[in-house]
Amino acid sequence: MLKDIEKLLRQDKMPHIWCPGCGNGIVMKAMLEAINSTGIDTEKTVVVSGIGCSSRATGYMNFDTLHTTHGRALAFATGVKLAKPELNVFVVTGDGDGSAIGGNHLIHAARRNIDINVVMFNNNIYGMTGGQYSPLTPHGKFATTAPYGNFDRTFNICDLVKGAGATFIGRGTVFHTKILTELIKGAIENKGFSFVEAVSICPISYGRRNKMGTAPQMMEWLKKNSMPVKAAEKLGPEKVEGKILVGELYKEEAPEFTQKYDELIARFQKGAE
Amino acid sequence: MEKLRKAQLLQGNQACAIAALEAGVRFFGGYPITPSTEIAEYMAAELPKLGGKFIQMEDEISGMGAVLGAALTGTKAMTATSGPGFSLKQENIGFAAMTEIPCVIVNVQRMGPSTGGPTAPAQGDVMQARWGTHGDHPIIAVSPASVLEAYELTVKAINFSEKLRTPVIILLDETIGHMREKVELPALETLELYERKRPSTSADKYLPYETDETGIPEMADFGTGYRWHVTGLNHDETGFPTGKTDVIEKQLMRLLTKVDKYQEEITLYKTYKIEDAEYLFITFGGTVRPAMEAVEILRKEGMKIGLFQLQTIWPFPEEMVQEYCKDKKAIFVPEMNMGQIRGEIKKVVDNKEKLVGINKINGEIITPQEIVSKVKEVAGQC
Ligand SMILES: Cc1ncc(C[n+]2csc(CCOP(=O)(O)OP(=O)(O)O)c2C)c(N)n1
Ligand code: SF4
Repeated sequence: MLKDIEKLLRQDKMPHIWCPGCGNGIVMKAMLEAINSTGIDTEKTVVVSGIGCSSRATGYMNFDTLHTTHGRALAFATGVKLAKPELNVFVVTGDGDGSAIGGNHLIHAARRNIDINVVMFNNNIYGMTGGQYSPLTPHGKFATTAPYGNFDRTFNICDLVKGAGATFIGRGTVFHTKILTELIKGAIENKGFSFVEAVSICPISYGRRNKMGTAPQMMEWLKKNSMPVKAAEKLGPEKVEGKILVGELYKEEAPEFTQKYDELIARFQKGAE
Repeated sequence: MEKLRKAQLLQGNQACAIAALEAGVRFFGGYPITPSTEIAEYMAAELPKLGGKFIQMEDEISGMGAVLGAALTGTKAMTATSGPGFSLKQENIGFAAMTEIPCVIVNVQRMGPSTGGPTAPAQGDVMQARWGTHGDHPIIAVSPASVLEAYELTVKAINFSEKLRTPVIILLDETIGHMREKVELPALETLELYERKRPSTSADKYLPYETDETGIPEMADFGTGYRWHVTGLNHDETGFPTGKTDVIEKQLMRLLTKVDKYQEEITLYKTYKIEDAEYLFITFGGTVRPAMEAVEILRKEGMKIGLFQLQTIWPFPEEMVQEYCKDKKAIFVPEMNMGQIRGEIKKVVDNKEKLVGINKINGEIITPQEIVSKVKEVAGQC
């Protein structure tokens, strides 16, 4: 298993640039395990990312990889997928990259139900630029640009993506790696727009300022503050308040964008015969 | 005799779209904006018939992004826009220049700044085409002066982008984009088309940014097993980020000089009655036509005046401009901006005092009469 994963890593690019204790490596490993276990053709797999610590993952993953501009990974990925629908297309994005500057692309890619698998590395902060608040920084938390606590209301990105039309949505964390891997597998298997929020930890730019301790302590915090979505359904909302709900959140069958387009092309080709 | 097709009535934007399809463009990503929308509409209708793909994206930024994603799969890809949208595309145009992804961007210029005049002609994006994205970077821009040229230069633009692996901008203006003319397009079999060079080595030996004397690296299509990395960060010949300043400098200098290397081939231009000319017009795009008429009027009155039309604007044909400007009594530069091309000429010629701008930015085209009276006013003093 580990050997298979190693083949999907560009080992000559190690060591990676991430800080000790960073959650990014765990999410990347979950992606590689999911890709490996579904047996998709890795020569026909493209991973696209934006800009941020998390988006540097493309440099380490052994596929055709595309490290684009801040927030625009989904735009590039849409071009890749539509031009060559036979390719498996993944997007790696940070919470800032994907929900702030790239938020509009997220809505529209989900709306089209284009077969792209998005993994959002959510560390609740802009890590790369040193800890400014992102749309996914919870209310009241501190950031270099929220020195008095974040005024913004806590934002649930999975709800947004659901409203926009995604056909597979899940949330895992870097503590629940098995679940995370399973969710990414589910994303790959879904023929449509899939979104997996991977709640991660950034001990350097987020944990420190919010007094969350070391990386292991942040992991402990994740464990304590999350619960399976299935279990949450049985509890009252007051017991679930503030918890990170983990698991498959939504699934639906719907027509996929590139397939519809190919049907249109086929119609013309038939007409020409 | 060059083989021609039957004459047909075409609009400039439409000619541009037809040329793109005939030159092999099979992907269009864009966002509607006047006066460029006809190009998107034509592509939406025709691409699926050819097995190609059209997508209306959520904005111009993503339109540009989608084009680059498609181009990486080996597909010839294009977008079209106008001023406000051209501004939005700039960051990803820089990405294309840096990562050497072939792509074509049509900018049907309208009056600016800002929303300006959506249906009013202008030529105010000359400098933006050159320097719109940040940092020193290569760029090619061409500007047609007729519906036929819209066709011809679009084919050229696509070839240049494929050959040099660089973004190419087609600067139309509202006048040309919306003008209808009877044209005889060249026969399909006479078109010379170019495709990017694919790798000549196996995947394990492939270095995506290594070049031979051509200065242009070979490009693998995504999904063909080459597993390469594309990044807008400074990168070495492997395509991966590097912080080594000597390597960065080498790569950047290659990037900057690769277009210059092919300048002769890229420089497209036309001349009109310049053999005996004592006076000269230098102009481009939609302003060529009134200037041409002015030549006729002034010649009838005995003035020896000719016209040099820039079809390729960037890289700026410095030596050629120097040559044509030499010993002229006056050089008139009509343009629908406040002197963007005149400024470039001024940089390179010795007889700067002979340069006269004829400029208009109120959303009306410059008339032949306006040009004639300015020429007479100046020539009277020469
Ligand atoms: C257009 C643009 N604006 C701003 C930046 C600066 N920038 C780089 S990364 C980043 C935020 C990244 O945060 P996130 O997406 O959450 O990723 P992380 O680093 O936390 O993984 C910003 C603002 C940029 N590179 N480009
Ligand atoms: S700043 Fe945070 S997200 Fe970025 S590498 Fe360090 S720990 Fe990871």
